[in-house]
Amino acid sequence: MTDVSSKIREEARKLLKNGEVDVIIGFEKGSIPFSATPCFVRNEADTDKLIWNEYCGNNLARYLSEVRGKAGIIAKGCDTRAIVELIKEKQIQRERISIIGVPCEGMLDRKRIMMSCQRKDKTGIEDQDGQLLTRGDSLNTAVKKDEFLYPACHVCTNRNPVMYDVLIGNTIEERKTDDFADVTEFDEKHSEERWAYITDEIGRCIRCYACRNACPLCYCKECFVDSTQPQWVGKTTEQSDTLSFHIMRSIHLAGRCIECGACERACPVLVDIRILNRKMSADVKNLFGYKTGLDIDQPAPLSIFKPDDSEEFMLDV
Amino acid sequence: MGKIDTNWEPRIIAFLCNWCSYAGADLAGVGRMQYPANVRVIRVPCSGRISPFFILSSLQNGADGVLVSGCHPGDCHYLTGNYSARRKFALLKSQLEHIGIEKERVQFTWVSASEGGKFAEVINRVTETVRALGPAKKLVKKCL
Repeated sequence: MTDVSSKIREEARKLLKNGEVDVIIGFEKGSIPFSATPCFVRNEADTDKLIWNEYCGNNLARYLSEVRGKAGIIAKGCDTRAIVELIKEKQIQRERISIIGVPCEGMLDRKRIMMSCQRKDKTGIEDQDGQLLTRGDSLNTAVKKDEFLYPACHVCTNRNPVMYDVLIGNTIEERKTDDFADVTEFDEKHSEERWAYITDEIGRCIRCYACRNACPLCYCKECFVDSTQPQWVGKTTEQSDTLSFHIMRSIHLAGRCIECGACERACPVLVDIRILNRKMSADVKNLFGYKTGLDIDQPAPLSIFKPDDSEEFMLDV
Repeated sequence: MGKIDTNWEPRIIAFLCNWCSYAGADLAGVGRMQYPANVRVIRVPCSGRISPFFILSSLQNGADGVLVSGCHPGDCHYLTGNYSARRKFALLKSQLEHIGIEKERVQFTWVSASEGGKFAEVINRVTETVRALGPAKKLVKKCL
């Protein structure tokens, strides 16, 4: 990983030196264990703080529409898919950004690592050769890092950047196509069971909107939850309001969500937000044959139609 | 279990497009066709005007069922409004079913200006299915 970090620094330095970009968006070391924090590098000297490891989970495309001038971005597969969608939606211009692509084998869930061992005699967790060692007085367990992959990374089919100017390292093997087995499995349950699971998950939501703020595609200047005239959704944490918020958010992201899982990573109360977004992605694939974030020239599925779209869902009178 | 409210009548919100379904409802009225009085009609310019928000708000604020009806494909007054709406509604309906809300609560159909009979039949069908489901409880707001 350090090798990748040094190559990233080199590329970043080159871009800043040649004046090709005004700012590099990347990661620096986080202030807590097992973390990396997004950072903005504006001069050559600071490029040394750029790092790359398996805790660089944030979707950096989030910041692209907000920075002024030309930007360089260190981008994983999911980040580049977000960039494709943002270009398509005319939020950023391709000429304005330089993409330093990095193939990614999946990011690790810091929160789950920290919670993995609740024993009082735990003294620390160490990262050693692809394993995480939990140490303590009478404790010495090793867990493979893969166990802590984010759920979104488990089903990722774009581990290599889909669009880049420079690629760091070699491309890695992609998974087979995503068959949305998790969605099918969930939908086979009884409706009351689904309702119980979803209300239990969404019921924890405290309406902090961290999911919305972390999402690269939630760029609206005024979000529907902030609108007061009309007030679409109540502002309470009552089940009805939180559910409506999450349903509407998933509908707004239907055909746009690139499934990076940034919403879920940002959630302070660990709500399974992807359960709704995955369903929309599955439907968009099955009904409209579309996968987000791959092709700039392919129009968004909800902006077009086919005369023979499925009418299976409609009332048959 | 409380006592079953025998006086309960389903409340159904119907979003009808101005050019076809609303005229169809009008025709049903002019033709003196009988259909249940459980439906509250809201006239909208086009089925494409209907946002998923309208449907969710209805369910939140005490509707037991929602019906959306527009022009048949190819007949839209604005040419393609109903085609775009169809994609949107397919996703909304599927998502509501996914989270465990009874799928019969939200219904979509096409009724043209000449289909007064079909309109009456649609209202009959929707009212009966919603009556069989009982009062909507899942998305209703407890405090307003």
